[in-house]
Amino acid sequence: MAQMTMIQAITDALRTELRNDPNVLVFGEDVGVNGGVFRATEGLQNEFGEDRVFDTPLAESGIGGLAVGLGLQGYRPVPEIQFFGFVYEVMDSISGQLARMRYRSGGRYNSPVTIRSPFGGGVHTPEMHADSLEGLMAQQPGLKVVIPSTPYDAKGLLISAIRDNDPVIYLEHMKLYRSFRQEVPEEEYTIPLGKADIKREGNDLSIITYGAMVHEALKAAEELEKEGYSAEVIDLRTVSPIDIETIIASVEKTGRAIVVQEAQKQAGIAANVVAEINDRAILSLEAPVLRVAAPDTVFAFPQAETVWLPNYKDIIETGKKVLTF
Amino acid sequence: MASKTKNARFDVKEQFEKVEEQFQTLQIINEEGKVVNESAMPDLSDEQLQELMRRMVYTRILDQRSISLNRQGRLGFYAPTAGQEASQLASQFALEKEDFILPGYRDVPQMIWHGLPLSQAFLWSRGHYEGGNIPEGVNLIAPQIIIGAQYIQTAGVALGMKKRGKQSVAVTYTGDGGTSQGDFYEGINFAGAFNAPAIFIVQNNRFAISTPVSKQTAAKTLAQKAVAAGIPGIQVDGMDPLAVYVAVREARERAVNGEGPTLIETLTYRYGPHTMAGDDPTRYRTSDLDNEWEKKDPLVRFRKFLEDKGLWDENKENEVIEKAKEDIKVAIKQADDTPKQKVTDLISIMHEEMPYNLKEQYEIYKEKESK
Repeated sequence: MAQMTMIQAITDALRTELRNDPNVLVFGEDVGVNGGVFRATEGLQNEFGEDRVFDTPLAESGIGGLAVGLGLQGYRPVPEIQFFGFVYEVMDSISGQLARMRYRSGGRYNSPVTIRSPFGGGVHTPEMHADSLEGLMAQQPGLKVVIPSTPYDAKGLLISAIRDNDPVIYLEHMKLYRSFRQEVPEEEYTIPLGKADIKREGNDLSIITYGAMVHEALKAAEELEKEGYSAEVIDLRTVSPIDIETIIASVEKTGRAIVVQEAQKQAGIAANVVAEINDRAILSLEAPVLRVAAPDTVFAFPQAETVWLPNYKDIIETGKKVLTF
Repeated sequence: MASKTKNARFDVKEQFEKVEEQFQTLQIINEEGKVVNESAMPDLSDEQLQELMRRMVYTRILDQRSISLNRQGRLGFYAPTAGQEASQLASQFALEKEDFILPGYRDVPQMIWHGLPLSQAFLWSRGHYEGGNIPEGVNLIAPQIIIGAQYIQTAGVALGMKKRGKQSVAVTYTGDGGTSQGDFYEGINFAGAFNAPAIFIVQNNRFAISTPVSKQTAAKTLAQKAVAAGIPGIQVDGMDPLAVYVAVREARERAVNGEGPTLIETLTYRYGPHTMAGDDPTRYRTSDLDNEWEKKDPLVRFRKFLEDKGLWDENKENEVIEKAKEDIKVAIKQADDTPKQKVTDLISIMHEEMPYNLKEQYEIYKEKESK
């Protein structure tokens, strides 16, 4: 076992799959010699050569088209979109093309493509870099959307994503890249897509969340513990499709739930989780299911970013509302 | 201001004129079917020349029958092809079976001649998902609807072929309007940067639905757009099957020899409406223009060319027409006999494995569709 940051775990997963499968190709802007702007592909071009790990021209739509076309030639493309705020430039390849390849080809072709991309607030990026756009992705049928919160999960989920025969959007929260280390096995392992992980068990309140908010939720759960409340923290890990069984089992146990996301409140993942709980477990509820999310504005500039982003205090406040309802 | 212009360091007018004068239209046989460029004649046997004519006649009949089937409500979406036979069929004729075609929505004829069964073309037109289920060994994908998307995907298919060491090319089509898309430029630029074996064909039929080329761009030719991507750009008479054939065949040879992609502009015309879904060309085209282009008709000139060589006559023409009609009848019957596509088919084909929500929705629609 080695101590790894999330970015190291991601590089390790890419290396593992580049070794395992000659059809895996890693490409994007600056992923070659430079090893990616966050060094996610550090050393990979050196190890696997320019044929397998290569730079592309600076054009996200072209990168998406390249992924579609290479998929049609039997490759397993793992393109990087340098920042997920640039995803608008490649939306047609994602939603128009990859997501409907099976259907529009009557099953002849599929899209074994994993699009990796950094996102998320708290690191004071320039604008259009940090937005949480997983809700936009989850709106698109045909995609899986994966967001790891720990180095261990990051490696196992990325290996599963690359091996998946359908398109996966794999989003890497920038704040988590180097924020902590964790024991990560050096050998290969997978974590199934679509399976949540209970990061902390509890009986009084279910906190359902993902990404960087998992850590805020764990901090909130610790504080709530001091006040005598036992909170369960569910890390969705895959935000589309969600792990409905784990969510419902938890809510049936606790009778109270909040859903936490870094993204704006409108539409999005949290709204879907609340709706699914209402559909399936309303009679188990002792209180309404509330959400903790960012305000319904565009992403804040750095000056206002810290307050704009939800944090553990917001989670405690909303958690208490539900606990004392 | 005047003195500034006088002292300008760049003569931009001259710069453009020099670029544009390089893009001359290649023509081999003229409107009368006479060879005007003997040295450019492709090396095609008499049988091959006859086969190319057969395909053009067959496809003209297919277009006429498709329009009438559409009017009877027996076909779905249809984009007429008459006028573009040389651009479409001679370009496909220059390919090999292992080449991969990424067509636009008007490019169904190339798909058929590349191996797509006619019945499937009809199913695609009718909106049945089996229409896009291309048989094994036939190298193409269902027509692209998003103008330009096929261009960037072609760069990917071509790069994949290069990485696999295949002796084949990826070929795509768009129209004059498509060259205004960002994806058009990204596609040719990526293919150029990767030196990938791709052929990008622009069928310039003068109108993107109703918008004339003059409103698409300030560029005098569309072929010259290749210059910015650093790849060869060729303009051909798109009503001349031999000019189209030669341009594509040479582009293919360069591509498989590792010399990278080519952009080919074919000057052509669609006689019919944009699609059969209510487009009325009289709103944006004059009958004078229609007549002017109909004089350039690819079938007329190629027929004359072949008749002069003693390679074509009325019997041969009628044979093809009868064959086309018979094939269409059989294919429509096959399409009619294909079970209607269900919502449960769609639900179950979205993913390799159904997620929980689709499993539930599958049951709901199975029940609905069993009634």
